[in-house]
Amino acid sequence: MKNEHLLLSKVTIDFPTPNGPFRALDDVNLSITEGEFVSLIGHSGCGKSTVLNIVAGLHQATSGGVLLDGKEVNEPGPERAVVFQHHSLLPWLSAYENVELAVKQVFKGAKSKAEMDEWIKHNLELVHMEHAMDKRPSEISGGMKQRVGIARALAMEPKVLLMDEPFGALDALTRAHMQESLMEIQNELRNTVIMITHDVDEAVLLSDRIVMMTNGPAATIGEILHVELERPRDRLSLADDATYNHYRAEVLKFLHERHGRVAA
Amino acid sequence: MGTQIMTMLGNTGFGWVDNIVKLMTGKNRQEQFNMLAKSILVPMLAFGVFLMLWASVASQIKTSLGQVPGPVQVWEQAVTLYEEHSEERVKEQAFIERQIKRNEKKLAKNPDAKVKIRPYTGKPTYLDQIWTSIYTVLTGFIIASLLAIPVGIICGLSTTIYKAMNPLIQMFKPVSPLAWLPIVMMIVSAVYVSDDPMFDKSYLNSAITVTLCCLWPTIINTTVGVSSIDSDLVNVSRVLRLGWMTKVMKIVLPSSIPMMFAGLRVSLGIGWMVLIAAEMLAQNPGLGKFVWDEFQNGSSDSLARIMVAVFTIGIIGFMLDRIMLILQKSVSWDKDAVIR
Repeated sequence: MKNEHLLLSKVTIDFPTPNGPFRALDDVNLSITEGEFVSLIGHSGCGKSTVLNIVAGLHQATSGGVLLDGKEVNEPGPERAVVFQHHSLLPWLSAYENVELAVKQVFKGAKSKAEMDEWIKHNLELVHMEHAMDKRPSEISGGMKQRVGIARALAMEPKVLLMDEPFGALDALTRAHMQESLMEIQNELRNTVIMITHDVDEAVLLSDRIVMMTNGPAATIGEILHVELERPRDRLSLADDATYNHYRAEVLKFLHERHGRVAA
Repeated sequence: MGTQIMTMLGNTGFGWVDNIVKLMTGKNRQEQFNMLAKSILVPMLAFGVFLMLWASVASQIKTSLGQVPGPVQVWEQAVTLYEEHSEERVKEQAFIERQIKRNEKKLAKNPDAKVKIRPYTGKPTYLDQIWTSIYTVLTGFIIASLLAIPVGIICGLSTTIYKAMNPLIQMFKPVSPLAWLPIVMMIVSAVYVSDDPMFDKSYLNSAITVTLCCLWPTIINTTVGVSSIDSDLVNVSRVLRLGWMTKVMKIVLPSSIPMMFAGLRVSLGIGWMVLIAAEMLAQNPGLGKFVWDEFQNGSSDSLARIMVAVFTIGIIGFMLDRIMLILQKSVSWDKDAVIR
């Protein structure tokens, strides 16, 4: 077991409502090692995004907390880069400029102009977007926007990459492409990743561990599944693989038998 | 190059020139003809109907200043006003030449003699009045925008400041700036005391009155624009830990530009209307004073001359809005947005 990289300890959060506080998360404990790819899966409204936002520092836990390399997280920062569900690129900047904004902010003083330029291009190449560097978000497809969003996050050289349903808004084929790209990048960079997903196949294909969450209110971690499949993983050969299908069935059972939505 | 010119024409509302060019160069004539018909024939037809209605109604009404002028009389007065302007310019030129000659003679007799250069004191012509009004409204509008945009941004970013400012904004917004006019006049004459004033007091009075009414729509729209920034973009700036200035310049300003311009255009439109009224009321030079003077003058041409002013005011107001539109399109990042 590698050293503890990211630790969520007894994370509980209440949101104020007119009818008193609403407990969204209750006692979430999770330890993630460096280079691990963890998926959070659960029904919508179960607080997956809240967990991610707390790690990102966008929300503050009411009690408990998050430690990254032993330091407490209490504000957002580029070492915990976020890939948002809706790309959230600045529409008035080109793909290059969007990544540049992040790079300039993170490497101010640390990299020269030429180094920054090279680093921006390198990250755009990683996500295969070098051909559309000068295009604005409105001129590229949804998948391409999400690629640029990933490039922007990677360019911050984060300790943890947080992905909030990054492919949720894409069509199935594009999503498959993006998953391949992500595995390719992951194979090279070995980032620590927390990804939120709704998609059981995506979770099994990409993750080292799948964290399954119970339904809210007061959601917490229900079960954790270790996915011990050889990497690199291939979608086609895994489709017939018994172990793969077993993992898949495990997650489905958790979601639909034990924690099926009462009112869908 | 050709496409660039066409895009510019399209931006300024002269897209139909494109259709004429294409019609003449023979690219799918039928379609171009239809487009052309829609973009100029229909408006021209409507204008023709308007002129006819005007002419027929005007001939029915007699006033103490004679018949209400129809389009023909108004056109004649427009020409007369231009001729008066040209004559005045000729006179001014003659005055200046006479003065130079006189001064040269004086200097030739006695090189130490002090020569006086007197400005021409002829009455301002119609075109002078137009120009006065235009730069007065622009001065007031620019001062207002320079104040209102930062205030709007701050109000949009901070709910506390917004809550503090909102009652004041809401209270002053519905006040007609003409109510302010006497106060502005008194304050300007009390505060702006100088032997060699850079600006006329009347110019300051009018410009400040315009400023007072241009502030509110810009503040309110900028505030709304800034406070409705996509929360994802705000989160991006938080994750990147952007500094306040970078955040404003890179995220807040660009995303609030459409709303901000909506406010600026409303402001300029109101400012132009208010300026004319202020000039009439305070007898400050400009188109408003021209209208009032003509009304007091009460000659048989007066109504026609006032009608000329009405059209001038309308056309200039329209042009000011077009200029804002071009500005908006040139700074807008969303090239697909329909802006009209």
